[in-house]
Amino acid sequence: MSLNIIVLAKQVPDTRNVGKDAMKEDGTINRAALPAIFNPEDLNALEQALRLKDSHPGSTVTLLTMGLPRASEIIREAIYRGADGGIVLTDRVLGGADTLATSYSLAQAVKKFGNYDIILGGRQAIDGDTAQVGPQIAEKLGIPQITYAEEILNLSDGHVTVKRRLENGVETVKAPLPCVVTVNGSAPDCRPRNAMRVQKYKYAASPSEAVKLSEERKALLEKRPYLNLQEWSAAYVDADPAQIGLPGSPTKVKAIENVVFTAKDCRVITDNDAEIEDLVKELITNHTIG
Amino acid sequence: MDQNNLIVYLEFEDGRVADVSLELLTKGRVLASRLGVKLEAIVIGDDLTGVEQQVFPYGVDRLYKVSDKRLYPYTSNPHSAVLINLFREIKPQACLMGATCIGRDLGPRVSSCLHSGLTADCTALEIGDHTDPKTGKEYKDLLLQIRPAFGGNIVATIVNPECRPQMATVREGVMKKEVFDPDYKGEVVELDANKYVSDEDFVVEILDRHIEKSKINIKNSPIIVAGGYGVGSKENFQLLHELADTLGAEVGASRAAVDAGFTEHARQIGQTGVTVRPKLYIACGISGQIQHIAGMQDSSIIISINNDPAAPINTIADYVITGNLEEVVPKLIKYYKKNSK
Ligand SMILES: Cc1cc2nc3c(=O)[nH]c(=O)nc-3n(C[C@H](O)[C@H](O)[C@H](O)COP(=O)(O)OP(=O)(O)OC[C@H]3O[C@@H](n4cnc5c(N)ncnc54)[C@H](O)[C@@H]3O)c2cc1C
Ligand SMILES: Cc1cc2nc3c(=O)[nH]c(=O)nc-3n(C[C@H](O)[C@H](O)[C@H](O)COP(=O)(O)OP(=O)(O)OC[C@H]3O[C@@H](n4cnc5c(N)ncnc54)[C@H](O)[C@@H]3O)c2cc1C
Repeated sequence: MSLNIIVLAKQVPDTRNVGKDAMKEDGTINRAALPAIFNPEDLNALEQALRLKDSHPGSTVTLLTMGLPRASEIIREAIYRGADGGIVLTDRVLGGADTLATSYSLAQAVKKFGNYDIILGGRQAIDGDTAQVGPQIAEKLGIPQITYAEEILNLSDGHVTVKRRLENGVETVKAPLPCVVTVNGSAPDCRPRNAMRVQKYKYAASPSEAVKLSEERKALLEKRPYLNLQEWSAAYVDADPAQIGLPGSPTKVKAIENVVFTAKDCRVITDNDAEIEDLVKELITNHTIG
Repeated sequence: MDQNNLIVYLEFEDGRVADVSLELLTKGRVLASRLGVKLEAIVIGDDLTGVEQQVFPYGVDRLYKVSDKRLYPYTSNPHSAVLINLFREIKPQACLMGATCIGRDLGPRVSSCLHSGLTADCTALEIGDHTDPKTGKEYKDLLLQIRPAFGGNIVATIVNPECRPQMATVREGVMKKEVFDPDYKGEVVELDANKYVSDEDFVVEILDRHIEKSKINIKNSPIIVAGGYGVGSKENFQLLHELADTLGAEVGASRAAVDAGFTEHARQIGQTGVTVRPKLYIACGISGQIQHIAGMQDSSIIISINNDPAAPINTIADYVITGNLEEVVPKLIKYYKKNSK
């Protein structure tokens, strides 16, 4: 049985490595200085999708991402690793979405895509950090969800069996297709880029990228249809304007504060025996220890 | 039934209401009193005897019980269906859940169906007013949901001005658990599961379940010896266990140490681990990235042992010992043994 697999992926700022160069003078982060990356757990999801494709020949893996036009970067990345193609849902009116408006918009795109057997996504994105989009898409599509997946054990007879990693144990569950599966970071890492695929697809471009290309590259896109990445607008997926973007978001950000660490009064000592003994005595005397 | 109360979703396993749920009741009691509404709680499962005795002391005015063999163990659709249908009747103004595997699976599904906002992983919840910056419309007594985002580098205050219930999840250990009144008595309302769930909701089947009670209890330990990537190996982590045993402490860890396989995941402290607030926190070979600090910054006293005098954690430490932990930790053990009675 061949499968139509959708992978949800988000391009995110690399919040894990906020190095000193990404800090502004006032100790807050300069978001513009953070590189945009493939959300880490979405790569775990992609790997699960590619494994399903390996075990179900003839399957297709399609990446779906909502974001700025530059998010086609992660589609190319996914294609280099084995995905068949991808869609960037991009539109000014989608901006400012909370998870509810995001999942509504993505669910509309899934409906437009049509025939799908399984949707895989990451557990959580490293910028919004909510882990809400996967289950909300499942609800919007009226299908079951399996969260915290670590491994897809089996997919046959219209059902998928998945091992879930919970905070204090593991669970094996079976759900009917189609369903949404969100994948944990504890799942296997994604396979690396395939050199042949990089050669074949490195000139793949979306319409907004194409307009900036040389005539020669544009001609290449015309000659090789598989190099054309898709971009969809809100209207194209029949999104209700009242349910998308900032207006469609029930949650509003009232205030944002940057986290700045201010140094406390602190005593610095060396590893010298006498100093350590003094410290231990002090902690015993003031009942911190002992 | 009266409406617009504040409700807490209770997690119940092995005859015990989860700590995170009791922590939310403690917070919920304060918020409900401030709003002048009732504190309600809902528990969904199979055998629910004894839940009321466990939760009434936390100031619960009304406990909804929904019992059915098929409602335990937790699965997404049936528990969502109960909340969705009940919330349509009782129209709570706010709903709190644990930011646990269950709460983070359930909350989004419920909020999506009811089209109500959901704020993840709140670290503080307050009641306050809000003025919409665009329309100038004023809202009284909203739930102010305060949460870190962007990998812990920012803290945002989020409100749901128009949609109800205002929903929020909170991680275990973030709020304090405190009995409100040991003799407090609320009312129990038993609901008929069949009115809230239909057969079609039972689509996902649990084939196998291994829940291990974690023996590690770093959350309630007054002293924590935590190790980071700088500890270097599983063997060196033994050294931290020695110090912990000497002091009567528990061993915690940074994610980098867990990822490197030096110790088990249940010991991870931070944004994606446990939040702790011990009397003493000894950080050994931990650089102090924001996601780690998010889980331990409320410790009363922090000692940092690091060979890099510029390690970020030193800025929040009360004592900094600059040196190699392989040398410092044995000295701490030695001088503690020598000086304690
Ligand atoms: C400071 C701050 C705080 C916020 N807090 C909240 C909040 O508490 N509640 C709330 O509702 N919104 C919140 N938001 C908005 C939220 O971050 C955005 O809606 C975001 O686009 C989606 O949420 P997430 O990043 O948390 O994704 P998650 O729900 O963590 O993502 C889970 C998975 O869903 C898929 N996915 C997510 N987004 C996309 C996408 N754009 N395209 C394709 N796949 C995707 C991926 O597979 C991803 O791994 C906040 C935003 C900010 C800036
Ligand atoms: C979404 C997200 C969630 C995260 N959640 C968490 C979380 O919950 N908890 C968490 O901890 N991290 C979390 N992280 C990871 C976090 O960003 C850091 O990577 C991690 O905390 C670093 O761990 P560390 O300090 O042990 O390692 P490092 O940063 O590698 O620091 C090692 C330290 O050891 C010192 N050192 C080395 N050798 C010695 C020696 N011999 N003696 C003394 N000192 C020595 C070094 O100077 C250095 O300061 C998260 C990251 C992301 C993106």
